[in-house]
Amino acid sequence: MKPKIAVHKFSSCDGCQLAFLNQGAGLLALFDQVDVVHFAEAGVLDEDTPVLVSFVEGSISTAADVERIKKVRANSRYLVTIGACATAGGLQALRNLAGGEHWLGAVYATPGYIDALARVSPIREHVAVDFELWGCPVNGDQVMAALRAYLAGVQPQEEPDKVCLECKRRQTVCVMVAHGLPCMGPVTRTGCGALCPGLGRDCYGCFGPAGNAECATLQRRFTGLGLQPAQVDHRFRSFNAADPVLTGSVSDTGHGDD
Amino acid sequence: MTEPGEIRIRVPVLTRVEGEAALNLRIHDGRIEQAELHIFEPPRLFEQLLVGREYHEVPDFVARICGICPVAYQMSAATALEGIFALDAGDWVTRMRRVFYCGEWIQSHALHIHLLALPDFLGFRSAPEMARVYPDAVRRGLALQALGNDLIRLFGARSVHPVGARVGGFHRAPRPREVQTVLAQLQQALPEAEALLRWSATLELPDVAQEFCCVALRHPEEYPMLQGRLVSSHGLDIPVERFEQVVTEFQVPHSTALHALLDGKPYVTGPIARLNLNHDRLPPATRDVLAETGIRFPSRNMYHSLVARAAEIHVAVVEAMRLLADYTEPPQGYVEPQPRAGTGHGCTEAPRGCLYHRYETDAHGNIRSARIVPPTSQNQARMEQDLVDSLHAFGLQQPEDALRARAETVIRNYDPCISCATHFLRLKLEHG
Repeated sequence: MKPKIAVHKFSSCDGCQLAFLNQGAGLLALFDQVDVVHFAEAGVLDEDTPVLVSFVEGSISTAADVERIKKVRANSRYLVTIGACATAGGLQALRNLAGGEHWLGAVYATPGYIDALARVSPIREHVAVDFELWGCPVNGDQVMAALRAYLAGVQPQEEPDKVCLECKRRQTVCVMVAHGLPCMGPVTRTGCGALCPGLGRDCYGCFGPAGNAECATLQRRFTGLGLQPAQVDHRFRSFNAADPVLTGSVSDTGHGDD
Repeated sequence: MTEPGEIRIRVPVLTRVEGEAALNLRIHDGRIEQAELHIFEPPRLFEQLLVGREYHEVPDFVARICGICPVAYQMSAATALEGIFALDAGDWVTRMRRVFYCGEWIQSHALHIHLLALPDFLGFRSAPEMARVYPDAVRRGLALQALGNDLIRLFGARSVHPVGARVGGFHRAPRPREVQTVLAQLQQALPEAEALLRWSATLELPDVAQEFCCVALRHPEEYPMLQGRLVSSHGLDIPVERFEQVVTEFQVPHSTALHALLDGKPYVTGPIARLNLNHDRLPPATRDVLAETGIRFPSRNMYHSLVARAAEIHVAVVEAMRLLADYTEPPQGYVEPQPRAGTGHGCTEAPRGCLYHRYETDAHGNIRSARIVPPTSQNQARMEQDLVDSLHAFGLQQPEDALRARAETVIRNYDPCISCATHFLRLKLEHG
């Protein structure tokens, strides 16, 4: 019997599921190798059958989500989060920092229609997670590497290297040294292929914190490059907004005119 | 409780759509009493998240509203902000943005036709199931989807949340060698796109004529994508700056996405609306193939949306080839913005229809307010009206399973993107 997998979606943009759906002919090969029992966007729906691996996209932001993720956990031997929302709250978790509970509380015509929790949270705050994939979005290589590891009976490998290392490997000119751009590469996890420096722009941190991220040092450098305090905050508070390493490293002043 | 003479149909999770939605139908004494598309994804409040951020962050932020059509969000945002800064990005950027956008049309339409819609018309539950019986058709579709992704990658380095677009143009202009590679792929794909369009016209789609109002951009020469006036089949013809004067949005209890009405009435935006209003703007190559299929636009059959998507894949391949044919690499891929205070509007044709953005900035280019109206919200009221019309035409005496399947097909035909639609509940902040 083929191993079973599932792809679940919570609050998100659907972009990480595309790591599966964008594989071209590889998608059909995947469906041959494994039995995909639940993947709503691909047309299969069965939340009750136990699976070897569940891939979970999206953050938790409703009471119904909290119950649903528990059920996913109970039916999965391994649970893998895919992407910034599931692993670190995503962009939408910025509202946690900005007094966003008032956004849903003080609200519009009929707030009672909306089932929404005061905070947006990553999956790990609710259930045990076996492996976390970072990235906004994750790519096909990442999800397939994790799946192949579990199919082979081993734990997938973390890749906590910094984007800087990837730039060196690719011999990409450093955009901070050469052009004075406030690049997040020194504190950001690799895995994207150092795409932004490859286009001559500064990394904006969408793959989350690298291991041993020296955030305070980089913030001093950004100030030296002429960034205002709010601009330094913005660099560190974005696509992985519920992550304590990058987001937690800047002073808790909030942002915006809320 | 179901009363005598009452049929209730619930589809708790609608499959093969982007995002999470459900359907609720109540039929009583041979009449549809309730037909609701329930959207329960929680709002992600993007319009609020943008307030206080710097203008140059906006294209990367709004991309995250939708993983399927991030280019559309980046383009509507960039054009709106450039309007505020009185920035003319120039001819090269204008042309290359159209190529970038062609990539997204090809990718999104190929995904919808093959992975989401076709199983409905060929009688399968899912695309992988369908691939066993129609391997060549599915493979052709996935290859076109991959080509669209390659075209996006040419400018954006990755196809989901590409990182190449910025206010003023592109961070880096593609090298001629990279363009040549993609151009060769496009040339190879053109016969495939043509075959898809011909094949789509042979599918046995339900033959139901309906009255509906179409809304799309219209450009003096081109098939609309990034520029034009907002027009409708009912005589609307306005600059996009006036969008909010004619489109009103309101909240309904069964949806976390706002519904939109044009002059108080439901309307359609998206491929069939674009083609109905702009069939005279098709490139000659597409017009010729479409004419040979025998399907005429404007069409009143909503199911011709699938044919319209196939036609637009062909348009996008033809247009990308034309625009890349005499490619030259400029010294710089962008014009540097000079931020200033003001209000700007952007409306472009996302794969699913008109995507309207409005931003207000302060003198430094920081965002003071943002408003985003995605196509799926605009189509919601019309989708529910279509459910009622289509199911009556189908026959309410049909078995429940058949009614359910038809109802799902009606909704999927609009290619609703729930992820887009739900993130815009507008909040009135009261400081107390």
